Amino acid sequence: MLPVGSPKSMKDTDVRQGTLALMVLKTLDVLGPLHGYGIARRIEQISGDLLTVNQGTLYPVLLKLEQEGSIASEWGASENNRKARFYRLTRQGRKQLQEEARSWEQTTAIIERFFAVKAQDLK
Amino acid sequence: MKTLKRLFRRLTSWMTSARDDALLQAEFEQHIAMQTAENLRAGLSPIEARRQALLKFGNVQAIKETYRDQRGLPFIETLVCDTRHALRRMRKAPGFTAAVILTLALGIGANTATFAVIDSILIRPLAYPQAEALVSVRHTAPGLPSAPEFGGSSSMYFTYREENRSFEQFGLWSASGATVTGVAEPEMPRALFVTYGVLDAVGVKPLLGRWFSQTDDTPKSPETVLLTYGYWQRRFGGDTSIVGRTLTINSTPHTVIGVMPDAFRFQRDPELILPQRFERSAQFLGGFGFQGIARLKSGVTIEQANTDVARMLGIWLKAWPPNPGIDHTVFENARLAPRLQPLKQDVIGDIGTALWVVMGTLGLVLLIACANVANLLLVRAESRQQEIATRAALGAGWRRIAREMLVESITLGVLGGALGIGLAYAALQLLVAKGPDTLPRLHEIGIDPLALAFAVGVSVLSGALFGVVPILKYARPRVATALRSVGRTFSDGRERHRTRHILAVVQVALALVLLIGSGLMIRTFQHLRSVQPGFTHPEEIQILHSMIPMAIAKEPERVMRMQHEILDTLAAIPGVTSVGFASRAPLESFLGSNLNPIDAEDKTFASGRVPPLRQIRRIAPGYFTTMGTRVVAGRDFSWTDLYDKHRVAIVSENLAREWWGDPGAALGKRIREVGPADPWREIVGVVENVYDDGVHVKPPEFAYWPALMDRYIWGGENGSAVVSGMFAIRSNRTGTEGLLAEAQQAIWSVNGRQPVFLITTLEALYDQSMARTSFTLVMLAIAGGMGLAIGIVGIYGVIAFVVSQRIREIGIRTALGAQPAGLLGMFVRHGLWLAGIGAAIGLVAAAGLTRLMSSLLFGVTALDPVTYAAVSALLIVAGVMASYLPARRAIAIDPIQALRAE
Repeated sequence: MLPVGSPKSMKDTDVRQGTLALMVLKTLDVLGPLHGYGIARRIEQISGDLLTVNQGTLYPVLLKLEQEGSIASEWGASENNRKARFYRLTRQGRKQLQEEARSWEQTTAIIERFFAVKAQDLK
Repeated sequence: MKTLKRLFRRLTSWMTSARDDALLQAEFEQHIAMQTAENLRAGLSPIEARRQALLKFGNVQAIKETYRDQRGLPFIETLVCDTRHALRRMRKAPGFTAAVILTLALGIGANTATFAVIDSILIRPLAYPQAEALVSVRHTAPGLPSAPEFGGSSSMYFTYREENRSFEQFGLWSASGATVTGVAEPEMPRALFVTYGVLDAVGVKPLLGRWFSQTDDTPKSPETVLLTYGYWQRRFGGDTSIVGRTLTINSTPHTVIGVMPDAFRFQRDPELILPQRFERSAQFLGGFGFQGIARLKSGVTIEQANTDVARMLGIWLKAWPPNPGIDHTVFENARLAPRLQPLKQDVIGDIGTALWVVMGTLGLVLLIACANVANLLLVRAESRQQEIATRAALGAGWRRIAREMLVESITLGVLGGALGIGLAYAALQLLVAKGPDTLPRLHEIGIDPLALAFAVGVSVLSGALFGVVPILKYARPRVATALRSVGRTFSDGRERHRTRHILAVVQVALALVLLIGSGLMIRTFQHLRSVQPGFTHPEEIQILHSMIPMAIAKEPERVMRMQHEILDTLAAIPGVTSVGFASRAPLESFLGSNLNPIDAEDKTFASGRVPPLRQIRRIAPGYFTTMGTRVVAGRDFSWTDLYDKHRVAIVSENLAREWWGDPGAALGKRIREVGPADPWREIVGVVENVYDDGVHVKPPEFAYWPALMDRYIWGGENGSAVVSGMFAIRSNRTGTEGLLAEAQQAIWSVNGRQPVFLITTLEALYDQSMARTSFTLVMLAIAGGMGLAIGIVGIYGVIAFVVSQRIREIGIRTALGAQPAGLLGMFVRHGLWLAGIGAAIGLVAAAGLTRLMSSLLFGVTALDPVTYAAVSALLIVAGVMASYLPARRAIAIDPIQALRAE
């Protein structure tokens, strides 16, 4: 097993993983249980192709969320009657979503204010 | 909290990883299939649809790896993987692996065994409940000449029991033999005499029956006895109805009141436990010869107890009368002082030094073994250079490579350690079965969890130690560039062998230290054996102890005639050169010593001082001739002396010289034993010194009284009669069953079946007295031998490797006309240089380290020049040989072959 990957790209993926996790939670909250491909497609649609992420990078995020207990998975039948793994939001996940949403709102509010300051007189 | 949860999930998924892998693969396949279907719907061709789907998904392998890293426990997985690789590699090179594991097993096993011994004897507390509170009560007497140290006197028993404030329990004990008669085979097992309080202090409850109580202690109450487990099993087959039965001990009936459990052990390994009784109204100040044992009250320290005893000594001095014939001021001037010490120290004695020395030497052997293994690993790493270079080029970090090599080394270490534990276990079984009886707590020796932990720790550490060496050489950062200099066009640079040379030098130095240690012990042993012990040819002297039947012991004349007749009958046995009779044989100190104060008529010892204490032994005429002890001046006793009851005495040479300067000057002087109305005896002879306590201490000063004259009751301060003596037979048939049978017949033919026991030869006693030294010697010699062997192999290995690397050079040189002698000389000089430096370093190290074993030496100093020179010469010669052999092989190669070799 050859180790691949340089240390530099780790930080970017960490940030990306954090926001991805939030998007996954919100998607599951809005749309109910979904399989991996479905989640990837919905995220693409919502972000309007602004986010160019390889779909596969979703899966480690899903694993992390499942290990933390925010989502749960089970195998079921997909649209074309194949076996697929469906993920759903847990109660803990819902709580986590609410907390994160609140903190994002706070952050955006503060940043807005700072950008708005320019327009007024600071005297 | 989240991380804990994740960790837990990681742990559980690690265990189901194979199945999860399959599911993940399915999930990815699904995802890609769905994307492909979407692309098909959008109008792409099937091939293009799939290709776009794969692109959109990303690098499947990479994502799988990230996934796996998150899912399981990557650290443990790589560890398991590395270990599997290491094992596979080891299987591929069975010879190498076997050599390494065997070397390590010997080194680690030896260290583990020694540590188990040290742990059992020195570190673990004694096998009594709350053993830290147990102390032995001893006293010093700085006011007496040569400030001896001794236990307690019988009068102290009463004072200490009544007046003490710091003891929970207190008692006195002594050990000697006790005769058991009235059974099929009369014998004299080892007996422990204890007052009330000793067993209570020790605290081990009996298996059957009960302990002694205060009533058993009182004189005139019925006699009782406790059996130890071993004796109970051996003599009575574990019969549980033994409690209540009667045994005839020392000619009086004793009731068996109990049996001690198997785990109970005590000093001098007793077989019977008898009550020690003191008659309170007949006590004097003197009467030392007992050991004191006490259990401190909880919270009391030894210092506090010492102060308490000092206080009680003051009370004791006033409470009892001095012994008749000795002035009270003698005891005051002796300035008795307490000297309590933990009981464990008493039991261990002075074996600590010897054990630590053995441990140190075996540690050195392990180091040498590790150096050897490091060398072997270096050779192997050398041959793996291409592989390592390739892997480095493919992107393996040096940490990865280093970790893999370290895992391999530690695995080797652990495997060696596992085998070593097995070896240690076997060795300890052997030791417990055949070990010297002088090793204290022998039966407690075993491999306990601490020793196992030690073995594991040593294995891992050794693995890390010798594993570091090839890593330092080959798995450093910038591995790829470092390996550039491999190839056909290079012979070997100097610094490439530096590590190997250093290792070989270290091995030689350590081997030298070990050999010097063994050499010193060998010379010590030689010196011990060359000491004239005061008897000649001990292998010819048969010793039998026998009892004088109590019935006739009251009639002195009859006893004398009987023993005389026995001696004559014994002398008539074919093959017997001479016979003798005495109260005891030399080197039988386990029977207790008979030290008594002796007065000389023409010497006035300062009043208020105790007359000197000397050993007294009773002998019959002919004893010295039988033993081979030389008569220095005067004559031996004669039978007329005995029958006519002449008051005569013989003294040893050191006594004569001390008191009168010249042995001849002692003749005619009069001495006597200090005591109630003992008569003055005239010295008629002086004999050479006998090393009665062993050849490693000074011979004690002796006074010999004629045996069988007026007192047959000797030995045993317990007051009851232990009526026995020893017959010594010098014969060339000593040790044979035939002689023993005839001797017993001879004794029985005179007056019925007297019990005959403690049958041994003087040689056996002599060997036993040297047991501790011979044990240490054997251990050190083994270590030295192992060290030398491994060191020689080390030098051989280095030179062989150097030669193999330089074969092309040799070929070139030979082709150009070099003489074989010159080439040989080149390599031998190389080896000699290595051995020389190693020897020099070793000499310096030895000079510093042998100081630690000086307490074990006898007759040699720690810096004995003869040993040092001899060992250095031996090592250099061995080094030359070790370099000569591989060099010779190289010289014999055809130059064309050499030039063709890679």
